Amino acid sequence: MPFKNLKEIIARQDFFSPGHGLCAGCGAAQIARIVMKIAGKDSIIINATGCLEVSTTTYPWTAWKVPYIHVAFENAAAVASGIRAAYDALIMKKKLGKDVNVVVLAGDGGTADIGLQALSGAFERGDRIAYICYDNEAYMNTGIQRSGATPYDAWTTTSPAGQKTLKKDLMGIAIAHRVKYAATSTISYLLDAANKVEKALSISGPSFIHWLQPCTIGWRYDPKLTVKLSRLAVKTGLWPLYEHYDGFNKLTVQIPRRVPVFEYLKLQGRFRHIMDNQEELAKIQSYADELAAKFGLGPVAE
Amino acid sequence: MQKVEPFLLSGNLAIAYAIKQLNVDVVSAYPITPQTTIIEKISEYVARGELKANFMLVESEHSAISACLSAAASGARVFTSSSSQGLLLMHEILFITSALRLPVVMAIANRAVSAPINIWNDHGDIMPQRDTGWIQFFVESAQEAYDKVIQAYRIAEDHQVRLPVMVNMDGIVLSHTYEPVYPLRDSEVASFSPWNLSLKRLDPDNSLTIGGFCYPDYYFETRYQSSKALEDSIPIISKVDKEFGKLSGRSYGLISPFKCNDADTILVSMGSISTTIRATVKKLREKGEKVGMVSLRLFRPFPLNELIKSIKNAKAIGIIDKALSPGAVAGPLFTDVTSALYLSKMSIPTVNFFAGLGGRDVKIEDIESMFTNLKKIPKAGKIKKHSYYVGLRG
Repeated sequence: MPFKNLKEIIARQDFFSPGHGLCAGCGAAQIARIVMKIAGKDSIIINATGCLEVSTTTYPWTAWKVPYIHVAFENAAAVASGIRAAYDALIMKKKLGKDVNVVVLAGDGGTADIGLQALSGAFERGDRIAYICYDNEAYMNTGIQRSGATPYDAWTTTSPAGQKTLKKDLMGIAIAHRVKYAATSTISYLLDAANKVEKALSISGPSFIHWLQPCTIGWRYDPKLTVKLSRLAVKTGLWPLYEHYDGFNKLTVQIPRRVPVFEYLKLQGRFRHIMDNQEELAKIQSYADELAAKFGLGPVAE
Repeated sequence: MQKVEPFLLSGNLAIAYAIKQLNVDVVSAYPITPQTTIIEKISEYVARGELKANFMLVESEHSAISACLSAAASGARVFTSSSSQGLLLMHEILFITSALRLPVVMAIANRAVSAPINIWNDHGDIMPQRDTGWIQFFVESAQEAYDKVIQAYRIAEDHQVRLPVMVNMDGIVLSHTYEPVYPLRDSEVASFSPWNLSLKRLDPDNSLTIGGFCYPDYYFETRYQSSKALEDSIPIISKVDKEFGKLSGRSYGLISPFKCNDADTILVSMGSISTTIRATVKKLREKGEKVGMVSLRLFRPFPLNELIKSIKNAKAIGIIDKALSPGAVAGPLFTDVTSALYLSKMSIPTVNFFAGLGGRDVKIEDIESMFTNLKKIPKAGKIKKHSYYVGLRG
């Protein structure tokens, strides 16, 4: 049954503890918290190397109240598949009784770049894992280097003049593998996110959630703006919230009157260099318009 | 003991048969010559329902070892195998497997590394894995490959050890040569290497964080512990081998010295070349030559004491490396053996023979020439050259 209101979600037990070392205003912590509230106790978390991993597992502490494993950067999907295979085999052989949710949390670098091959393998094999990519649009853990998910024109330490290519279409890649369930998500639409996690966990094969995560350090904004930016990404049409189930795309949050992309970009230091560049701003606006047309969002509000 | 009829098996098929009897839960592997027939055979066993296992067909060796690691961390008994480039691709994860103390067992059909690409045997693939913290065996026959894989699970899963184990078998020479192999009964294997659900695993009822982040305050200690566990595994490896001997009549020792007691010259080697050396020693002994040889069955942890005991009376020692270590003082095995001699305060003259790279045959005549070379050293009183490339064309 889908969640109807936020109270239901907030009332759920936490399996991701406070006291971790993530930044104030970090969107990844909010993703981990909400995912754990939905996934619950009988879950195993697989984490690719990244901010979330180094900041929540500093020995001898851990923020995780469920079994957690981190192995390396590029193999989160393969590690998850191994756990799935082990549980399936042990249950088949009656060596274990109880099944688990196998949930991956990996950044955009660990998913779109170095981990893409392992992810493709897991998708193709149809392994029953829920793979959640928290996408902060660059290698934030190593100090804001561009990734394949860095958006057009964004400054990073390795794209000092602005990224000159479009963000990799991870949803398109997942869907091309015929995964039964794939969805986009972000932290400002909590009910939408919670329902997508619940659905992803109920799928009998691989499922994928591409979760936009504003990053205070890398996007260069005041920590209090994390939720606002996450909402603006959706309202501008740059981050359409939709799900792909059984072969069809469905918009889950309609934006009848879109906000111009400038309102989203101007709050982020990473786009500061194009604030007076009408040509570049127009390019990003037209990219948002393209996405809006594709997913059936409303026009830009005058 | 009731007499068991031998099977005619290649090294690869002998290993696959052992894996079936060991009732492995998860197998994950990627095709690469010459280990491929291991996983082909296991696929058949699984398809026929003779082995109830989850066979994961992954997209690379990197994923194969990653999946084995996490399946082992979930409590399953796991197996993978690889060779050459595949093993090199696994390299990163091999360190993590041992440091996380996970009992993964891997068979390796040793093969030369690129470039140039070559599918035949040498030890170029395994030598870069020396420092990955795995227990590393080298076998000399299909029978030993079978026996060692069965022993490997007992050792890896021992609570005092909890380390991954590699069984190295010379590619093509052993992996593809059919020999009579005496198998154990299924029930014997099951009682010798029983599976037990590990308490330290990914279990929601006993939540554990595996593979966390360590600052300098804990990193050193963590790495030391897995290194110490490897050192301390020697008595358990010996114990398992002896028990296996009682069960099967076959035990191998950490090393197998042959005619060393009164030998003036000794060759030290690993893998199938040792069989050729043993035959050469027999031949030369018939002529009255005081020659001997030692085959290392265990390479990591290095059986220093056992080796020194068997070579200490020699007047000259030759060490055969089937791998190069470009720019190093000498070959990998040579460096280990000479360090062992130095630490034992022995100054026996040593010579490094590089041989058998990329599948180049090493014949009895080649071994004879090595012994001839060694024989001259005590007479000359000094070593002319420290390293020889046997059979290398000018």
